[in-house]
Amino acid sequence: MTTPVLEARQLIKRFGGLVATDNLSMTVNPGELHAVIGPNGAGKTTLIGQLTGAIRPDGGDIFLHGRRITHMPTFRRSRLGLARSFQITSVFSEMTVLENVALAVQAHSGHSFRFWKPALRDPALREAAEQALDFIGLAPRRDEQVGNLSHGEQRQLEMAMALATKPRILLLDEPMAGMSQEETARMVAILGPLKKSVPILLIEHDMDAVFALADRISVLVYGRIIASGSPDAIRINPEVKAAYLGDDDA
Amino acid sequence: MSMNRATAANMVLIALLLALPPLAGLMDGEFYIILVSRALILAIAAVSLNFILGFGGMVSFGQAAFIGIGAYVVGAGTMHAFEDGIEWLGNGYTQLALTVLFSAVAATVIGAISLRTKGVYFIMITLAFGQMLYFVAVGLEIYGGDDGLSLYQRSEMPGLPDLSDDRVLYYFSLGVLLLFLYLSHRVLHSRFGKVLTGCRLNEQRMAALGFPTYRYRLVAFVIAGVMTGIAGFLLANQTDFISPAMMHWTRSGDLIIMIVLGGIGTVFGPVYGALAFLLLEEFLSGIPVTIAGYRIGEYWQLIFGPVLILIILYARGGIYGFLQPRSNGK
Amino acid sequence: MNWILLLEQSLNGIQLGMLLFLLAAGLTLIFGIMDLVNLAHGSLYMLGAYYAATLTEWTGSFPLAVVLALPLAMLTGIVVEVVALRSFYSRSHLDQVLATFGLILFFNELVRLIWGPAGLDIPLPAYLATSIEILPGIPYPTYRLVILAVGILVALGLYFLVSRTRIGMLIRAGASDREMVGALGINIRLLYSIIFGIGAMLAGLAGMMAGPILSVEIGMGESILILAFVVIVIGGIGSIRGAFIASLMVGLIDTLGRSFLPDILGLFLSSGYASTAAPALSSMMIYIIMAIVLALRPEGLFPPKGAR
Repeated sequence: MTTPVLEARQLIKRFGGLVATDNLSMTVNPGELHAVIGPNGAGKTTLIGQLTGAIRPDGGDIFLHGRRITHMPTFRRSRLGLARSFQITSVFSEMTVLENVALAVQAHSGHSFRFWKPALRDPALREAAEQALDFIGLAPRRDEQVGNLSHGEQRQLEMAMALATKPRILLLDEPMAGMSQEETARMVAILGPLKKSVPILLIEHDMDAVFALADRISVLVYGRIIASGSPDAIRINPEVKAAYLGDDDA
Repeated sequence: MSMNRATAANMVLIALLLALPPLAGLMDGEFYIILVSRALILAIAAVSLNFILGFGGMVSFGQAAFIGIGAYVVGAGTMHAFEDGIEWLGNGYTQLALTVLFSAVAATVIGAISLRTKGVYFIMITLAFGQMLYFVAVGLEIYGGDDGLSLYQRSEMPGLPDLSDDRVLYYFSLGVLLLFLYLSHRVLHSRFGKVLTGCRLNEQRMAALGFPTYRYRLVAFVIAGVMTGIAGFLLANQTDFISPAMMHWTRSGDLIIMIVLGGIGTVFGPVYGALAFLLLEEFLSGIPVTIAGYRIGEYWQLIFGPVLILIILYARGGIYGFLQPRSNGK
Repeated sequence: MNWILLLEQSLNGIQLGMLLFLLAAGLTLIFGIMDLVNLAHGSLYMLGAYYAATLTEWTGSFPLAVVLALPLAMLTGIVVEVVALRSFYSRSHLDQVLATFGLILFFNELVRLIWGPAGLDIPLPAYLATSIEILPGIPYPTYRLVILAVGILVALGLYFLVSRTRIGMLIRAGASDREMVGALGINIRLLYSIIFGIGAMLAGLAGMMAGPILSVEIGMGESILILAFVVIVIGGIGSIRGAFIASLMVGLIDTLGRSFLPDILGLFLSSGYASTAAPALSSMMIYIIMAIVLALRPEGLFPPKGAR
């Protein structure tokens, strides 16, 4: 059996009396897109927060390529190839599209204690950034202020930035949220082939996208995984149906 | 790059500053040389603070402490040179080197502790550390304690014209200011500057991209501390006097006001801010109108306080915001 | 070591701690609930002292003056909140700092205009200007004990207010979830004005209590304000309990440091160096303590629950 790219073992996180992550174990394997679904408040973003190092778990362990990273700061995890996108679009709105992606490239091209040469004239940063923008389809917009982009374009930019760090695994927190149907379709078309080279942990509400993309789906309810399996298995799982019908009718 | 309104205004300003001493000489206005020298030096401090405040989003409320460090190096240096015969302490180059050293050490310690915290904690801690150094200066009886110390003479800089000539000091300060502006401009667009800007906009995102943000912020904090220390070196020479009052926390507040007044986060804004601040002070305190026996000018802060609040409410871009309406970033 | 001096200085330290607590409690409430950094809190302290000084002169009685000055201080706070600060809740901390800095300039100048540049004295009534034997043969000024008592009463009152009353419930709810309080149909603007008023009243009370032992002068609120900042940074912003404990810590360390550090340094250094270094070092002590606390716990000793 191969080592999972990312593994959480018996992860626990409490906020006051609320258990946000309840003894949760899961893996992401090479070449796989593993989707996590669940009703609002199930603890999906808390889970991503712990995996990326933004939130400190109260118990359990996290492994990246078999290496324990439970207490490693965020930037080190990123250097080991763990990239994420944020649920709330988290790009640098006062910069241009190209500047955003160049910054992501810069993060993984040596230290930045370089005080003199203009960063944007550096071909090393520029070319890699343009490549990432090409890949995601944002190249024509590269000199636009990010604040002027549509919501969907900002989500694409977010993805381009994650990709520009040359990740070994991607954690995507609702990448399709607020996207038009067309944009969602484009994102699905990008992620489908991408997962072979970069395994992906996907958190998403758009069920069509999830069932189209995922190799494996885990269902998170109240911080616990109540079911995990292939899309077909999840589709017919009675517990999942109950959880969703019980909670998601609002 | 095409010449926009702000660039044109900057050019005009620099030309005016270069031409001021001979012009003032013609009009017998030595007073203006001294006033503007002071503004230039405060502008240096404001440009330095803007490096972390405007570019990096670090609201350091103790920056005047570094002015104090530079000033006390000069004051103590010349005193020991004269009273104890330690000649080399009177040398301006030595004093500059010591200013850089002490400011860097102080900034490293203060920054290393303060930057572990965020937001309002950071404001309060830098304020507290600044005030700590203020009280240390008050406690230094050897340098006059609360009353401070008059300089025996200005720093000696062999090879340069004599700083004790006000015009020389003026041009020296202007030179340092232009140098710092150029440095700020270069750094802002360098890789380091991009990281600093990123940390201001969204530190969590920067960490997720893989940047060890703490390190970068600390280095920026030290750079700003050293630059501000150099402003203190000049200020001591300009006023021929040092005292704890130079590093009182309200002086740190003044620096922040200058930055906001001029245009926060812009390379040139703090210069306009510092000039405007001093001119406003001169103007308001000179208002001759008397109401019910009270001369308004004497109570100018009664006006300045509310004006400040209104500026913050309604004119966030500062003076630079009028010169360069926000279009293409900064 | 002189045990009597130690006892006296400890009491003095606790008494400084109580003044600090009165200031810090308001600051921490206002920050914790409204997310507002108020540098002008020290101005409210100063105004309280001036109110008490004038009212003492008019009424001839210091206690009566305090009773009258308290609502005045609260009213001042509410006016400041409504006129100047309300627009700043949604602004950045930098904007708040600058706006309240503007208020400091305004109030310092206003006080100079009204009361003149010279300081004022608040005379104590004869029955408070006495001493009490706290231990046989050891007298201690009665008034300082009164300050102690007032501080403890306010601490108990605040504890009761926050943990037992409806407004306290709102305060706690507002601190953790302002949207929820809004959704419950509670007038958040009014709640904020009241909280700010309470904070102003406590700051004013601190100024009034300090008046008779320190001089009533322009800028008197500024250095103690920074000590109060140190207190709430150590205690954890938003925590009343943290503010109380940290106030005592800071008051004691500062007071004891100033009186005993020269002797302690004298054990290690020659007396010349000791007397030079002691004043500088003793004024650094609380900041060093603050640095240590922060190095170990960046959010203070008692970060309130739910704080980021």
